[in-house]
Amino acid sequence: MNILLDGRPEEALRIHAYMLRGGYQGLKRARQTPPQQVIEEIKSSGLRGRGGAGFPTGLKLSFIPQQEDTPRYIICNLDEGEPGTYKDRTLCEHVPHKLVEGLAICAYAIQATQAFIYCRAEYPYLVDVLKQAINQAKQENLLENLDIELRMGAGAYVCGEESALIESIEGHRGNPRFKPPYPAGQGLWQQPTVVLNVETLCNVPFILREGADAFSSVGTPDYPGTKLITLNGDVEHRGCFEVTTGTPIKEIIETVGGGVRQGRALKAIQVGGSSGGFLKASQIDTPLDFAALQKAGGSLGSGAILVLDETRDMVDLCFNIADFYRKESCGKCLPCREGCYRGWQIIRKIQQHQANQQDVENLFLLLDVMKETALCGLGQSFYLPIQSCITLFEEEFQAKLRTEVGGGERIS
Amino acid sequence: MVSLTINHQSLQVPEGTTILEAAKSAGIVIPTLCYLKELNEVAACRVCMVEIEGSNRLMPACDTVAQEGMVVFTNSRRAREARKINTQLLLSRHDCQCPTCVRSGNCSLQDLAHDLNIIEVPFEKQIPKNTWNMDHPLNRYASKCIRCLRCINVCEKVQSLGVWALNGTGEYNKIEVKDGADFSAAHCALCGQCITHCPVGALVERDDTQQLLDAIDDPDKITVMQVAPAVRAAWGDTLGFTKEQATVKRMVAAFRALGVDYVFDTNFSADLTIMEEGSEFIERMTHPGEYPMPMFTSCCPGWVRFAKLEYPELVPHLSTAKSPQQMFGAVAKTYYAQLLGVDPERIFCVSVMPCTAKKYECSVPEVNDAGAGRDVDMVLTTREIGRLLRSVHVDIASLPEEEFDQPLGIGTGAAVIFGATGGVMEAALRSAYYLITGKNPDADAFQAVRGQEVKGWKAKTLEINGITVRIAVASGLGNARRLIEALKRGEVQYDFIEIMACPGGCAGGGGQPIQDGCELAGERGEKLYVLDKELPLRFSHENPAVLKLYEDFMEKPLSHKAHQLLHTDQTKWRL
Repeated sequence: MNILLDGRPEEALRIHAYMLRGGYQGLKRARQTPPQQVIEEIKSSGLRGRGGAGFPTGLKLSFIPQQEDTPRYIICNLDEGEPGTYKDRTLCEHVPHKLVEGLAICAYAIQATQAFIYCRAEYPYLVDVLKQAINQAKQENLLENLDIELRMGAGAYVCGEESALIESIEGHRGNPRFKPPYPAGQGLWQQPTVVLNVETLCNVPFILREGADAFSSVGTPDYPGTKLITLNGDVEHRGCFEVTTGTPIKEIIETVGGGVRQGRALKAIQVGGSSGGFLKASQIDTPLDFAALQKAGGSLGSGAILVLDETRDMVDLCFNIADFYRKESCGKCLPCREGCYRGWQIIRKIQQHQANQQDVENLFLLLDVMKETALCGLGQSFYLPIQSCITLFEEEFQAKLRTEVGGGERIS
Repeated sequence: MVSLTINHQSLQVPEGTTILEAAKSAGIVIPTLCYLKELNEVAACRVCMVEIEGSNRLMPACDTVAQEGMVVFTNSRRAREARKINTQLLLSRHDCQCPTCVRSGNCSLQDLAHDLNIIEVPFEKQIPKNTWNMDHPLNRYASKCIRCLRCINVCEKVQSLGVWALNGTGEYNKIEVKDGADFSAAHCALCGQCITHCPVGALVERDDTQQLLDAIDDPDKITVMQVAPAVRAAWGDTLGFTKEQATVKRMVAAFRALGVDYVFDTNFSADLTIMEEGSEFIERMTHPGEYPMPMFTSCCPGWVRFAKLEYPELVPHLSTAKSPQQMFGAVAKTYYAQLLGVDPERIFCVSVMPCTAKKYECSVPEVNDAGAGRDVDMVLTTREIGRLLRSVHVDIASLPEEEFDQPLGIGTGAAVIFGATGGVMEAALRSAYYLITGKNPDADAFQAVRGQEVKGWKAKTLEINGITVRIAVASGLGNARRLIEALKRGEVQYDFIEIMACPGGCAGGGGQPIQDGCELAGERGEKLYVLDKELPLRFSHENPAVLKLYEDFMEKPLSHKAHQLLHTDQTKWRL
């Protein structure tokens, strides 16, 4: 079923084609009901955030104080920085009006007149597409008093984290804020703010047009709807696909992806981008669902699925992940700044056959401290891919360790 | 009120209280490092982590608000281990040269490592390189920086200058001059507040102590020392002295024990400054339209730098009177050299100041007029003199008290309060009243200008013999900016404005002894007011040594000679 990718790419900027498909009907319906009821509709649809954390969208919107006469903002998070993820880009390219409509509905729901789209620095070509879509909607008088402003990021991964994103829009260095206070209370310029992912917003027009029940009847009850996945790595067909939630990952790889490339055996998959955990080949019956993946030791995250065949070296992969974190940590809080670096250092040592068992134990201690004490999600999530990679493929790491005594000192 | 338990102890705290404050109120100590109340609540160091029942993560006590029913453990195994590893990680990037660090024994990282019983660092040491030009009065050791962000925030929030910035990401991030500029191009007032708020030895003043020792050992040099008012309120802190031990007279004895030839008092030249600046103010007031008004004080070099860098249009408003430090140097190398009957070149003039900007001021050519090298050859901060005192291995606490040398050691109560915010104004008003009316006011008549405003300034309108004088006093450069902006918007009008770069004035100067987390300007300022009260003379115009100087040498305030030696052309002194 296609809730999201239902249009032809060449019609992306033809607003009337979009409207003929029922586009902007959701917005129209929303405006005929009180804002509070729009939030209720979204709540009862069971829609959960598609950025990675899976927070219930209706609930998030309901945190914005209703009657108060204060400015409030809605921000669309298009800072799609998770490695291997390009679903939001695909949505902007294919159905930009869906995003504009979703944004307008949610802005109406919280009574915001100012919206921002925070665009990833690496997506400059989307700016023009989005601007055109916004202008078309304006010309059709669809946006009423809503102003949508585009803001460019500067290339930092951490700015996808909502509080860092807010700092960045304010013109500051994109350092995450400590939460609470949450953006719903004190967000952009200390005003109530809601930050929603592109894919989340693109689901909203369907909910308002077809009703909450039509949405919640699709996919799994806990995480209804469809999910855009980006299938990467060792499959025959890579790309961005819309999949009904609950579909077993095995089926995704075999039918959508055309199976593991060159008929090789599957070794592992990583779901959710660099911050996601690994699943072994034996676990691929796990359905594409938030809770099910979490239970299996992974995370749905942004929906990137990295397929690894039998030829892949897990130590190398682990090193790449650590390298990514090391470069993307903002460096403000100590455990992330130093932990990513020291973790990377130890993994490099393993890769070079220079580490011993003590180093691995130290690495686990570091991961624990980062999980427990890092300021934002970036540092806190470092442990998940690293720990799951080392635990699941222990023999590969062990094979590279030095056995003689000496070397790494014990931490504390 | 919110009820919670910390380490099984039940507490009630007002809503909005952080766990750190709640614990403090119950006498429970949670170690902190980057935290400074209201100034640096960035939760960056992750040292104050505590365990909260039901939370899968540890939370920073400094930035977590106590909630109803919270069960907190500050010293659980999880919290202790995390704290220890985080501190070890900090140490792995910190150049632990403790025995040779000026902050040894007064370093929050050193204390923390000791308190956590850290006796080894299991991570490879990787120390950033120092690239700073150490000729600047303000020095920075990247090798010791723990990236706590305090310098950034004190400069930005309190001083409104924003000299420092965090650049780069992750392990590569570092504190640098904003926009990666060279320090000499930065709009830095050299106030030294970043030094006094640094928890470690990353920010320090340039050490000039050896220069003084060289001068003392040089048989041809006559070392003449002047001691700024605020130094006497804080010098004992560098030696751990009690108030009873750290008297002014014992300070004189201690400085003499270093081997300097004469120990004089900047109070003498502070009185002289009042004579010159007060007369200048009356001249400006009584000739409306001839001079730019309002007139600003110019005794604080941090403020003077700020004005010249940020508000160059205000330069003609600065008093032309030199600072007490520079007046002292000019007098020492002219009048005093004559009194001694020696070649002024032989006089080596050293000043002990609560200030880092004074190190810069003495090198400015436009305030050096005596013609025998620099009028003030070198400046030591209160901290540096403390280090020197320790190095002479004299039992200073039991030294008998001694008097300042004469005649440049005579100062009045009006001079001693120069060290606190509002002091210059109060001293000027005491004498202006006399100059206008011909009689002394009650010495305590102008107390309204005392005390520090955290945000804003003090203003007062006075009536002296039918003349209305509108005055304002600000300390801290952020407050100075607020005042100037209000002036520019036309919201306020003043005739005479005192500005001190450091919050609370020189008592809270950037060269003063450091007690991490404590703002001591108020307490130190109070000591100066007590000294003022105890002195027999409390009016600058009654200082006999100053009167004698005019009689024998300077003629009168604003005389040709006074202009030559005690004033400067502010417009020629450029940055």
